This record gives sequence, C-alpha cells and structure tokens, in this order.
Amino acid sequence: MATAATTAGRVVDPTDVRPSRSLWSNAAFKLRHDRLTIAAMVVLILLAVLSILAPVFADNLFHYKFEQQDLFHTYERPTLDPPAYLLGSDEVGRSQVVRLLFGGQISLFVGFVAALVNFVVGVPLGLAAGYFRGAFDDFITWLITTLNGIPQLFLLLIIAALWQPGPLTLIVIIGLLNWTGITLYVRGQTISLREREYVTSAHAIGATHTRVMFKHILPNVLPLIFVLAAIDVGAIVLLESALSFLGLGILPPTPSWGNMLTNGASYFVRAWWLVVSPGVMIFLTVLCLYLIGDGLRDALDPRLKTHEVH
Amino acid sequence: MGGAPPPRDGGAVRNFIIRRMLYAIPTLIGISVITFAIARLSPGDPIRLFTFGIRDFTQEDYLRLLHAYGLDKPVPLQYVDWATNAIRLNFGDSLIYHREAGAMILERLPNTLQLALTALILQLLIGVPLGVIAALKRGSWADGVIRVFGVAGHAIPAFWLGQILIILFAISLRWLPTQGMLTVGKDQLDILDRLRHIALPAFVLALAGIANYSRILRTETLDVLGQDFIRTAHAKGLGERVVVYVHALRNALIPVVTALGGILATLVGGALVIEQVFSWPGIGQFTFQAAIAKDYPIVQAGVMIASTLLVISYLLRDITYAIVDPRIKVA
Repeated sequence: MATAATTAGRVVDPTDVRPSRSLWSNAAFKLRHDRLTIAAMVVLILLAVLSILAPVFADNLFHYKFEQQDLFHTYERPTLDPPAYLLGSDEVGRSQVVRLLFGGQISLFVGFVAALVNFVVGVPLGLAAGYFRGAFDDFITWLITTLNGIPQLFLLLIIAALWQPGPLTLIVIIGLLNWTGITLYVRGQTISLREREYVTSAHAIGATHTRVMFKHILPNVLPLIFVLAAIDVGAIVLLESALSFLGLGILPPTPSWGNMLTNGASYFVRAWWLVVSPGVMIFLTVLCLYLIGDGLRDALDPRLKTHEVH
Repeated sequence: MGGAPPPRDGGAVRNFIIRRMLYAIPTLIGISVITFAIARLSPGDPIRLFTFGIRDFTQEDYLRLLHAYGLDKPVPLQYVDWATNAIRLNFGDSLIYHREAGAMILERLPNTLQLALTALILQLLIGVPLGVIAALKRGSWADGVIRVFGVAGHAIPAFWLGQILIILFAISLRWLPTQGMLTVGKDQLDILDRLRHIALPAFVLALAGIANYSRILRTETLDVLGQDFIRTAHAKGLGERVVVYVHALRNALIPVVTALGGILATLVGGALVIEQVFSWPGIGQFTFQAAIAKDYPIVQAGVMIASTLLVISYLLRDITYAIVDPRIKVA
C-alpha cells in the first residue's frame, strides 16, 4: 500500500511500492479473468442491442414488420428462406423472430426500469432504517415482514387484476413491491457500518445525517448494490413473463416473451417452436443476469457466499 | 425477522420462541389490512354490482342494503368487523358460488400442501446430494455441471418448463397425464395414478429449490471441510467416510433449516403458476381465477390463508434454527 511508504522510520523508495489498488480496480482485474461472467455480459449486451435495434433488423434484414400477417403462411416451420421465418411463423403468419426482438424491448425495458424503481425506493429506506434505528427502523422492518408474508405472486396478481394491465402498470406494481430484499441488505450493511470509526469522525467534524448516509455509508454499500441489481433485473424479467403468461402483464397484440409463450401454448401440438423460442429468450436473459450477479459478487465481495433469489 | 436478540441459554431459547411468536401478530395484522384494502380499492360499488338490473330498486332499498352489509360505517370500523370475522375464517360468501369463501379455500388447501410438500421432499432428496457431491469432487466436471445448474435452475421460467415437459412426456411420449390430480372415474386411493399426476408439477415446482440447495450445500460443505475439527477427525485416524458423513455433513446440513423459510415462500407463491399450468386444483389456481372474476371474498380468503401459512412457516423456521444453532442471531 502506497500510504505506508515509510515503515519503521526507514524511507522506502517509492518505485518499490506496488501501486495501490482500489476496490473497483481490483474487481475489474478479477472480472477480466472470469470468462463465464464476461461471456454472460457479451450475450446480454448482444440481446439488448438486438432488441433495441429491432425496427432496423425488421426492415433491413427480415423485411417483415412485427404486426405484419400472412394467412397463406401460418405455422411455417423454422426456415432460412424467407429469413423472416427463421424461427417459424405463428397462427396468423407473423414472423416469430421479429416479434421476439420487439418482445425483448418490452421485457428488458420493464426489467431495468422496475429494478431502478426498486433501488430508488429500497436503498434510501434501507439506509435510513439502518442509520436511525428506533421507531422508524421498527416500522420499516414491520412493513417488509408484512409484504414478505404475502406470497409475492398472490399480491402481484391481485393488484394486476384490479388495474388495467400494461408495461407502465407492471413497472409501478413490481417497482413498488419488489424492493424489500434490497432494503433488508442495505439496512443490514448500514447497521454494521454506522458503528465504524470513520462515521464517528464524520459526525465529529459536523457532517449532517444526510451527508453521512449518502457520502460515507452509501459508497461502502455500493458494491453490494451492483450485485443485487443484476439479480433483481433477472428476477423481474422472470416475474414479468409469469404475469404476462397469466394474462395480467403485457397484453397482445404488443409482443412480450411472456405473452408469446401463452399464445404459443395454445398451438403447441401444431407448432412446438412457438413455445420453445420465447422460453429460451427468457432463460438466456435471466441466466446471463444471474451469472453477472454471481461474477460481480465474487469480484467485489468475496466474503458473501450465499444468495437468495427472490 | 423482527430483529429479536439472540437467545443465550436454555431459558433464553424459550423466551426467544415466545417473543418470536408475538412478533408474528403485527405481521398478520399488516397482512390483513392489505387484504382488506384489496376489496375496498376495487373499482365498482358492491351493492350496485349485486343489484344491477333489478327493477323498482329505490335509493331507500340501496341505503337499507348498505346498512345490512355494514357498508355505511366508517372504514376503520368496517375493517374491525371484517378482521373479527376473518379470525374465525369467515370471509363471507363467494359472489359466484354462493358458498362460504373460507371453506372453499380450505377444501383446496390439502391439494396445494400435497404439491408443495412433494416438491420440498424432491428438493431435499436431489438438491442436498448434488451440493455435497459437488463439494467432495471440487473442480471435477461433475462440480462444473452442478454449479452451472445451480444458477440455471433459477433462471428457467417454471411455467415454460412445465409446458415443454407436458409436450414431451404427456403428448409425445404419452407416459404421464397432462393435467389434474387423478384420472376421473378411477379409484380415489390409486396411489400410482396420483404419483403419475403429481410427478411433473412437483418436479417443476421443485427445480429452483433444487438449484438453491445444491448451491448452499456446496459452499457449506466446503466451508465445514476446511475447519479444524475435520482435521482433528482425520488426525485421529478416522476413515474418510466417517469424517465426511458423520462429522462434516451434520454441520453442513444446518443451513438447510435456514433456507427452509425462503423455499416455502417460493413453494406457496410458485405453486400458483404451476397449478395454473397443470390445472392442479389448489388454492393458487382457485384464488387466481377468483381474482380474474373479481370474486373478492374468495380472493381475500385465499390471500389470508396462504399468507398465514407462510408466516407460520417462517416462525417454525426461526424456532427450529434457534434450537439447532442457538449461537446465531435470527435476522
């Protein structure tokens, strides 16, 4: 460590000292050697780019719009000619591959935005509960225990059944209900960090509560938050697909991986490929996100070993 | 849960259990408030919904009905009425079936428990050995496969896997039935028939937990194998089998208890989707269909009973954990 350049009064030649490594540069170093995590990142980025550029691919590569139908070519088997039927066609002759790309837009959008809402709600609550303790902490803990006491799908389903389903509703519902795991982690970390000397010294020089929480404690919780974020997005993509599958998420004709699966299920005797491809997309996306979460955890905090996917 | 302090000795364990049981009360109250709010927030006036289309229905009749159902009272009082009835499992009559909602849910509860417990047994029987094998053969191909499965098992959408397995085993191969609990017209107690029906849904429901247990057991076994008392056991000249199965495994199995709460939560919650895929007549499927039909008494009964089940299983987990390992704080 460069800060210990003088040991026992002897002046050490600065060139002998290994340059200091921050947590982040250490993590980046470890990640570069973690082939599985790198592969997961590459696949995920590829999936995201394919989905974002879906209109471009639809027009230039597949020459097929996502809502375009062709009643003379229903239930086409996967084929290279025409490219639009690369993954087959559905009951009204729509291109499965183009719809999958557009479905990816919705699924990934809901996943990332709802996760963002989770963190905007969950992180400050966890920080405040762990920092102030007392009645506020008791209230937050009670709220979390209560929300966790209701089987998640029951709660989501019922609220989704009350509201008009759609991407925005999904983001609000999942965003406002799925933060409890994050808050529990952040709260636990904050409780142990608030007793550290550097927090006491920050108080001693007159730092406000907000400053201590966000400038001194939050940066130390941040590595954990990145790990949780990857897992959270994956869990939400699964959740969205389950809700859409049950008819309470994204409604047709807007394609999402979940509702394409429901639709395919009605025809699976005639066209099994309509069931297989959306499931593979969900599986790949969620697998990549979980692998990235695992890789980040190994790189950022080797002490954490078990995780619970909620 | 609840942030109770760790128990220290025998008496403390008993105190802890009592405290932990008391902590469940505010949780159940919170859950009941949310469940009650579901019906209050639902769009549409229930009286107007009931009486829609009735001729000669005057404002006076409306007010009388409002009073008869207690809907003219302030909302907090309505909640107290509802909650005192709910404690006695009286959630009112189903709007569709005109039968007591609580009783209808309780009729289907054994089916859900049967599915969840079968899944739990599968998780323990498959997940625990997988994790131990991975740890004992660390670095081998088997370890690699089990570790990949430990992540992939979580990432597979269960409802999708269920359909693929139905296509494969029920439609193409015709080995197993596609749905339901038993073959209609067959003997109710035909165990083989019931096993054939439960095999696919229980396996699909168990999958995420199998993955979870294999991960937990792998890290725990590796952790325990590295500890001093294992080296002592080796030094005493005990055989490898005795060391692994008697000394190491007993300690590595402790987290199986801790993970139980979370796994029960996913079993009860996950059962909803699986029951829907396999037309399993459990509380999840029934509550879901009631929610679609806006049959609120059934929805409330379903949510309340499923949640109570969950709160009790968290409670049992914490108590078991305090008895098995009194050192560790239950958080």
